[in-house]
Amino acid sequence: MAIMKVFSSRILSRITVPGARSMSSWWRSVNPAAKDPILGVTEAFLADPSPDKVNVGVGAYRDDNGKPVVLECVREAERRIAGNLNMEYLPMGGSLNMVQETLKLAYGENSELIKDKRIAAVQSLSGTGACRLFADFQKRFCPDSQIYIPVPTWANHHNIWRDAQVPQRTYHYYLPETRGLDFAALMDDVKNAPNGSFFLLHACAHNPTGVDPTEEQWQEISYQFKVKGHFAFFDMAYQGFASGDPEKDARSIRIFLEDGHLIGISQSYAKNMGLYGQRVGCLSVLCEDEKQAIAVKSQLQQLARPMYSNPPVHGALIVSTILGDPDLKKLWLKEVKGMADRIIGMRTALRANVEKLGSTSSWRHITDQQIGMFCYSGLTPEQVDRLTNEFRIYMTRNGRISMAGVTTGNVGYLANAIHEVTKSA
Amino acid sequence: MDSQGSSFDHVVRAPEDPILGVTVAYNKDQSPVKLNLGVGAYRTEEGKPLVLNVVRQAEHSLVNDKARVKEYLPIVGLAEFNKLSAKLIFGSDSSAIQDNRVVTVQCLSGTGSLRVGGEFLAKHYHERTIYIPAPTWGNHPKVFTLAGLSVKTYRYYDPSTRGLDFQGLLEDLNSTPSGAIILFHACAHNPTGVDPTLEQWGQIRQLIRSRGLLPFFDSAYQGFASGSLDADAQSVRMFASDGGECVVAQSYAKNMGLYGERVGALSIVCKTADVAGRVESQVKLVIRPMYSNPPIHGASIVAAILKDRDLYNEWTIELKAMADRIISMRYQLFEALQARGTPGDWSHIIKQIGMFTFTGLNTEQVAFMTKEYHIYMTSDGRISMAGLSSRTVPHLADAIHAAVTKAA
Repeated sequence: MAIMKVFSSRILSRITVPGARSMSSWWRSVNPAAKDPILGVTEAFLADPSPDKVNVGVGAYRDDNGKPVVLECVREAERRIAGNLNMEYLPMGGSLNMVQETLKLAYGENSELIKDKRIAAVQSLSGTGACRLFADFQKRFCPDSQIYIPVPTWANHHNIWRDAQVPQRTYHYYLPETRGLDFAALMDDVKNAPNGSFFLLHACAHNPTGVDPTEEQWQEISYQFKVKGHFAFFDMAYQGFASGDPEKDARSIRIFLEDGHLIGISQSYAKNMGLYGQRVGCLSVLCEDEKQAIAVKSQLQQLARPMYSNPPVHGALIVSTILGDPDLKKLWLKEVKGMADRIIGMRTALRANVEKLGSTSSWRHITDQQIGMFCYSGLTPEQVDRLTNEFRIYMTRNGRISMAGVTTGNVGYLANAIHEVTKSA
Repeated sequence: MDSQGSSFDHVVRAPEDPILGVTVAYNKDQSPVKLNLGVGAYRTEEGKPLVLNVVRQAEHSLVNDKARVKEYLPIVGLAEFNKLSAKLIFGSDSSAIQDNRVVTVQCLSGTGSLRVGGEFLAKHYHERTIYIPAPTWGNHPKVFTLAGLSVKTYRYYDPSTRGLDFQGLLEDLNSTPSGAIILFHACAHNPTGVDPTLEQWGQIRQLIRSRGLLPFFDSAYQGFASGSLDADAQSVRMFASDGGECVVAQSYAKNMGLYGERVGALSIVCKTADVAGRVESQVKLVIRPMYSNPPIHGASIVAAILKDRDLYNEWTIELKAMADRIISMRYQLFEALQARGTPGDWSHIIKQIGMFTFTGLNTEQVAFMTKEYHIYMTSDGRISMAGLSSRTVPHLADAIHAAVTKAA
């Protein structure tokens, strides 16, 4: 062991290497990256010392006291699994139990597709991980394909498909004039895309706009997808969070399934189970038969293995403990509805407050046209900057308000600030 | 309306993972004497997986802490975990850390750290080839290929000596393009268990620095190889303290038994603090489109243990016990083969380090041992010593003896 002491760092630092090339950095040309637009907001918020500051930036749920929430069902699940027998590796495809329960949420409790084993599904690193795995899979097996992404969308969607090296195109979605869906233009884009194109759809509670197609509109979209032979990939990050009813929030997916589409789905438990940092989700791809599903699943695993080998066990255990116990599942459904209801309540309150201040702008969209965690306020980047600089209100510059950050305590302050920056508009 | 044909109709079924497939086969076997020496996960003398006491304690306190929430971690992960991980591998007196030139980001165990590091290099480093030792962990080539690097090998293992082909290694590292990335196993090389001596590491370092190559360390067994965390980090510290740059992937899967929690860290030692800041910002851009931010649970356990003096000390004791049990298995197996007069030189069993022994058995001999003795191992002759116990060593020794004396 004495020889170990000889190699102390003091001595090593004095060693020179004869003839060594001058050891300058490899990274001189590395430019500082732009801050992530969403996560950067929270960073700025945290750095602000003002007592009045309000964070309506990142989409993480807060209770009416502005505090993060750990669901009761989650706490109970964690109590049960603490002191676990082991922390062995999950299979590459993750927890089979958790995946099965998760498929039931998306495809239906008694789905024939699940019984017929036609769904290739793997546990993923929340919604991001599911989207990335699918994008890598799409690149590998449909290398000439592109992805159609709505305008606007969650900013990270662009990063995901870009890093997977899948070329991107966009389709119309949000209409600023109405602060609602640009349905006619959306349908045009669907019709004009080459047959067999890949489309990214938000299953419910579109991020960042909160604008969802109606059921009738989904029927039309599904029909047109059939005509064109398009592939529908659903990002469902808010099931249960939009209306309070997970079955209702999955309606878009069910319509496509009824029409016989072979879809793909990304599911996340970050918001609806409050498991954000645990990174729990699921990627599924509906296939023609069991044999194809086995093949597809094996290939998804081949993409996961060189990325992280196998997914984290803790969050998956929480999910399967909750969904596998009828009482805990009932409690979860109640708590999800509670969260959704609070947000719906805040939408109503925000609109009422701004209208009460005599705003001449229309704020109907907050309650009538948008749903879920986010409200696309229609504020311009300059107005958002004023909100931040003058009122210490933090949000992304696209005018997206995370309703989860709104409370009975700050809704008046927020309404007032919005009125102030828009009344001269 | 007809259901559309699948966009993925042409997808064929991928082959089983060669390592994980061993456990699948083992599970199917009904024999009472079957032995799983495949995947590198620690087992107790009773053949059971082990959750360390310190891990149980840390988890317990986390669960009971009402103030804890499960919000998103930052993209780079838990700050406290990152600081403590850097200290663990580079040493608490590391000048690189003191100079703020080390970027450390939490990643998904060793695999995730290697992948994020590889993608960062593919995007920002001028030489996009990585040289990996022959042989190496089966997943290394796939990780780096998907990260966007091209993968080549350098000589490492010498089957005739069952030791290091040091001359071959030096020759190969001398003929790479300048600036090439070189992957090293920090200690307890997987699958061979053959490590360079400290003196050889010193020569390797001189060659690396004089040719301007970039070292990338995979540290999956710190503390597990010799039983000493500091001793097992010497190779890395040698490079981190000479003023040059290097990349290090750390895993807590084995040394803290946190396998399924996927806890690890990627560190990039840069020339200056300014460079480190810019590098960190770019590493975040690699992580965000992959999984946004890392899982919180395992990292919280690690941080709780590393920052508490009592828990840390208890951990080092539990770690040494695991390492000692494996070393004891090595001696027992070696002695058992000596006692049976098994032909050949089996001293490599006690010379090799870490969880694995590269027995030198060929695929026919391995197949024989599986069929006749229900011994499950990878076909390259690698056995996980962690899967052995005093009770099962005789059975394995019998199997090896039979394979060597009878099988073709």
